[in-house]
Parts: sequence; C-alpha cells; structure tokens
Amino acid sequence: MNALLASIPYWGQSLIKVVAVLSIVPVASLVFVYVYLFKMMAHMQSRLGPMEAGPHGAFQLLAEAGKFLQKEDIHPDGADKWVFIAAPFIVLMSTFLLFLVIPGGPDLVITNFDTGIFFALAVSSLSVIGVLMAGWASANKYALLGGLRAAGQLVAYELPMVLAVVGVVIQAGTMSMQGIIFKQANDKIFGLTAIGNPYILTQFVGFLIFLISAQAELTQTPFDMPVAESELVAGYMVEYTGFRFLFFFMAEFGTAFGFSAIISILFLGGWTVPFIDATNNIMNWVGPAVLFGKIMVVSFLIFWVRFSYPRLREDQLQKFAWKVLIPVALANIVVTSILKVAF
Amino acid sequence: MTAAVSDRQALSYIGGQAADARVNVEIQTDDGMYLNIGPQHPATHGTLRIIARLDGEQVISADPVPGYMHRGYEKLTEVRTYPQVTTLVNRIDWLGSFANEVPFILAAEQLMGVEAPPRAQMIRTILFELSRIGNIILFLGDMGVQLGALTPVFYAFRDREHVLNQIESATGGRFHPNYDRIGGLKDDLPKGWLAETAATMVKVRQFCDQLDDLLVGNTIFQKRCRGVGIIPPDVAMAYGMTGANLRASGVDWDLRRDAESPLMWNKADWNVITHPDGDSFSRYWVRLQEVRESAKIVEQLCGQVPAGPIMAKVPRIIKVPEGEAYVGTENPLGEMGYYVVSKGDLGPFRVKIRTPSFNNISIAPWILRGVYVPDIITILASLYFILGDIDR
Repeated sequence: MNALLASIPYWGQSLIKVVAVLSIVPVASLVFVYVYLFKMMAHMQSRLGPMEAGPHGAFQLLAEAGKFLQKEDIHPDGADKWVFIAAPFIVLMSTFLLFLVIPGGPDLVITNFDTGIFFALAVSSLSVIGVLMAGWASANKYALLGGLRAAGQLVAYELPMVLAVVGVVIQAGTMSMQGIIFKQANDKIFGLTAIGNPYILTQFVGFLIFLISAQAELTQTPFDMPVAESELVAGYMVEYTGFRFLFFFMAEFGTAFGFSAIISILFLGGWTVPFIDATNNIMNWVGPAVLFGKIMVVSFLIFWVRFSYPRLREDQLQKFAWKVLIPVALANIVVTSILKVAF
Repeated sequence: MTAAVSDRQALSYIGGQAADARVNVEIQTDDGMYLNIGPQHPATHGTLRIIARLDGEQVISADPVPGYMHRGYEKLTEVRTYPQVTTLVNRIDWLGSFANEVPFILAAEQLMGVEAPPRAQMIRTILFELSRIGNIILFLGDMGVQLGALTPVFYAFRDREHVLNQIESATGGRFHPNYDRIGGLKDDLPKGWLAETAATMVKVRQFCDQLDDLLVGNTIFQKRCRGVGIIPPDVAMAYGMTGANLRASGVDWDLRRDAESPLMWNKADWNVITHPDGDSFSRYWVRLQEVRESAKIVEQLCGQVPAGPIMAKVPRIIKVPEGEAYVGTENPLGEMGYYVVSKGDLGPFRVKIRTPSFNNISIAPWILRGVYVPDIITILASLYFILGDIDR
C-alpha cells in the first residue's frame, strides 16, 4: 500500500484525501439516518419505516435530500442575516475537520498528527460556536433558549470527555490516533498478548464516561434539551429550512459517526483485529471495514439509548455532568496514573 | 416596585408549599422574557396557547389562553333536535367520543322518564369503559413523547387499535360512534363481540405491563415527574379538578362509584385508584392503574350482558317535556356533565356542558409558577387535557 501511495504524486494524494473527507460525512450520515433513524427506530416502535423508495426504502434519503434542496431558503426578518447563514457551515465544518485524524488502516491516514486526539476534541467543540450563532441569530426565543442550552451542555460535557481521554492517553503514552491503535494492538493484558489490550477492558470507566459524554455532545436523548422537540420544537434549528437544515442534520449524524469512530479507536482498537499483525498490508484493505463494523456497534448503543429513554431536564443534566461524571473521570485519571507508575 | 415585592411574596409562598417539588423561586419579577407557547406548539395537543413570562428557564407566570378552537357546541345544540345532539357532543372529547354521548342521553331520558332496558345499559357501560381505555392509552404513550421518549406512543397507537376495532365493530364508527339513542342503542351487538372484547383486554393489560417497564420504572422518567407539579388535595378541589387528576392528589372521588347512575358499574368488582403524592408521576400512575381497572370492568361486564331488547318504547318523534336535568358521569378526563333545559320542544332550550379539561387546566397559572420550561410541558401533559374538551 505504501508503495502504491508513493507512486501517486503529491497533488493526487491531496485530491484523494480531500475527496475522501468530503464524501465520508454525507455517506456516513446517509448510512446512519437510514439504518438507525429510519429502520432501527421503526422496528423498535413496531413500525416498518419507509418502504416505498427502493428496496426497503433504501433510497428514501435521496428523496429527502432532494426535498430539502428544493425548498426555499428562508431567513426571518429579524435575523442577523450573515450570522444566520454562516452558522450551519461552521457546525458542518467541525464535522468535516473531525475526520481528518481518523485512520482507516496502517497507511490509510489523512493526517497523522502527534496530537490527533487533542485535535479531534478541539475541532469537535467548534460546533458550539455555530450552534450559539444559530440560536442567537435566528431572532427567535425558542432558538435562543435552545442555543444557550446547547452551549451550556456542550461545554459541560466537553470536560468529562477530555478527562476520560486522559486515562487512555496515560495508558497509551501517546496522543496520536495511530499510536493509540498500535499500542492497543501490541500491548498485553495481564501478560496475555493474544488480543492485545483494547482499552475498553482496562479503561472501562473511561469508556462509559466517554460514551455518555458523546451522547450529550451529539445532543441525543436523554441529553437532547437543545433540540427538545416537545418543548422547544427544534431548538436552535427552528428557523432553518431547506439545505441549511439539511446541513445541521448532516452535521448531527456525521458527528455521531465521527464520535463513534473515535470511541472505536480509543477503546476498541480501531481498525485492528486480534490475531492479525497490525502492520500487515492486508489491514489496509480490511481495516476500514473493521473500523466501520466497530463504529456501527458503538453507534447502535448510542441510538438504542436515544430511542428508548426520556430526556433529562437542563438542571439535572448539568448536575449529572458536574457532580457525577467529572469526579468519576478525575478519579479514573488518578487510578490510571497510579497503576501506570506501579506497573 | 411594590408589585414586584408582593409578587415575590406570592412566589415564595407557592415555592414553600411544594418545597421539595421545585427549586427555590428566586426571581427578579420586574421584567422577564415572554414566551408564547402555542397556539401552534406540539405540546399543546391542538391550539392551547400559554403565555409564559420567563426568567432564564424559570417561569414567573404562565397564563393559558383557551378559545382558539371554540366551536360553539352549546349554542348549536339549541338548533338541533335531541337525537341530533349526540353527533355534536361526540366531538368534544374526541378520543373518548362515546363517553360524551352518554351523559346527555341520560339527562334527556331523565327528563322524559324513560329508562333504557338493562341490556342497553350494560352495553353502554362496556362501551363507556372501552372509550376510557382508548382515550387513556393514548395519554400513557403521549406522556413519553412530551418527555422525549418516542417509543411508547407508537405502542399506544398500536394497542389502541385493538380497542378502536371493538368500538367500530359494535357502533360502526371508530372516533365518532353516534351510537347512543334516547331510550337505548342504535343497534344490537354483532355476534361474538362480547368474547372478542374480553379477549382484547388481555392486550390492553400487556400494554400496561409494557409501559410499566418502559416508562414508570425508568429513572429519568421518575426524576422528571416525581415531585414535579405537586397539587395538594385542597387546591385540587378548590380549582374544581376532577377525574384522575383529583384522585392523584389523594381525593377518593369517582362518580362511577359515588353517583346514582343507571349504568352498571356496580355490577363489576373494581377499585377506585388514588395516590397520595399529587405530582406528575402520580397522575400518570393513577391513569395507568385505571386502564387496568377498566379492563377488569369490561371483562366482568362482558360476561353479564343480559338478553332482551336494546330499545325502550319511545315515541317516534322525540319531544322532551318541560324541565331541567343535570347528569354528570366520570368520563375519561373527569366529570363531564350536561345541564339540559327543556321547554317541551323538539330540541333543547339550553344546554350547559361541563367539561373536565376546562377545570383541570384552570390550575395551570397556579401550578406553573416557578417551574422550569421543560416542566411546563410535563405538567401540562400530566394534567391531560384534550383541546376539544376545553374549547368545545
């Protein structure tokens, strides 16, 4: 694979990377919306979901996207026009940036930062700005409430998320995504090297905290106050129509894909599988599929909870973050560092 | 500024009354943001409008504004003949339509001195309970939606279908049966209906068990509902609340048991469910148990339907003698009553309709002070109003 990549000129490589990142977000959100939002949700609720467009409604999303693109691009009279227009782009941008550091195989990397996970967490929190902009610029009280709720929530849950990652970083000794994956593949657990050491085993608390925080960052039920359908109607998105709404929608599910990927990388060993050497060239071909499988498992958990739980109230949510998650995450760091030094 | 001070006193008084229920009410009362919830809002089940004055996420005051769906039924009844009125009143509480017909027919029968035969009364009672089940099942699922859990409502729609099918096969109408007649019923039951209905109750009970697992036992559901929107019994009575809302405040009052009625609830063995807490959770819980009790009633009554005619002897052209009568029954939402004034004509001279939702929702300004915005929705949902029942 390396030789193959080396034979492509620099501009060609760049082009491939750009196309890969640009296509992965729409494709990912397409897959997520169809598999989870349409089909899994429907079957959980004793419905069929879309069945007409294509086999089992597989092309329903194309129809939906077509519908959104045809709609008139409305902005409210009182809206701060440019901020209103820019907001969905900023939210979507943070989703795109997230995929820069997600590797799909030993050589399938777009950029291999030494501080990959740091970069991922940093760009993912950019979306707060877009959400706040959308909430404020819409000139709508529901949107404002939703935007402020979202900002409070995203800031509150960013912390336990980062703290949960610290445990992994301590154990891996690196912040590079590839480094963390290789470390998991080659590490040993209680002297056993057979399956490496997927950090879900040793960092289970961190995994849970990260999963819960990701749920909140993605504003999925039970943490979906910013968009709370039954009270704020759609929160900060309430004034958006057409393709701008589509952008928010894509960003939501694209980010869900990105976070699931990060969880799979940090805790499930990313694109590696046990018993196959991580540097083996075959992993360049199998790796993406493995990663995709792990992403689907993780995101199944996220959406399973989303479709079955009621939502918390804003104050209960903040309490949960500051009084439960953050102390537990800090304790997790302390224990991890003690064990790291001890062993 | 004086107004602000007294406002603050009022608020702290209310806050003290339900100390555990709500977070401290420390509100700057001078100003605040007005949030217009409704008329077009998914949580208002139609077109109820609530003007809420907010401080951040906390409600300083909230006033419901009903009337966006007023259809003038009281006036319309004056230009209809007695048999035509049931068509109108079907549409008051549109989820439990049959239950709306019964008290009006009973009032008219009372004025005419007609008594429907026992078979008709028994079938009326069964259908009454079926409409209660069909109505409240939807509430049980809808409460989940208001809390953000999307799944229960689909189960509710799925299982309400069984009940609606039974209502339809007997009356010919799913939503608006128009089946009750002065002196009896429109038709007799189809063959095998009683056994089928009794069998349907198994599904209803399964649905209740499912919701027990899915919502009632859920920690988040309890956190959102327990201790939220507490209505003490004296306040509930002062606002004229009836039905499950009243019983959830610990008042043991059910017209099915307490009022003299030709309907046959006393033939079945069932309990009036009450709950001492008076919060959103208890209102939900009481309704859930009531569906189980109704299922019990239907099952028992289905085995006791006597043979005989379904229609008493009534004149071909119905003229109700001069007089006044009030009949109230325990409808799915609470006490529903018709005060019928007759001048001896083909139609009523004046009908006053007492609907439960109107009184139940009148507590909103009291109960919504000092709560958070999300709790507006859960409290209103737990009070369970139907807009047609408020605005009629």
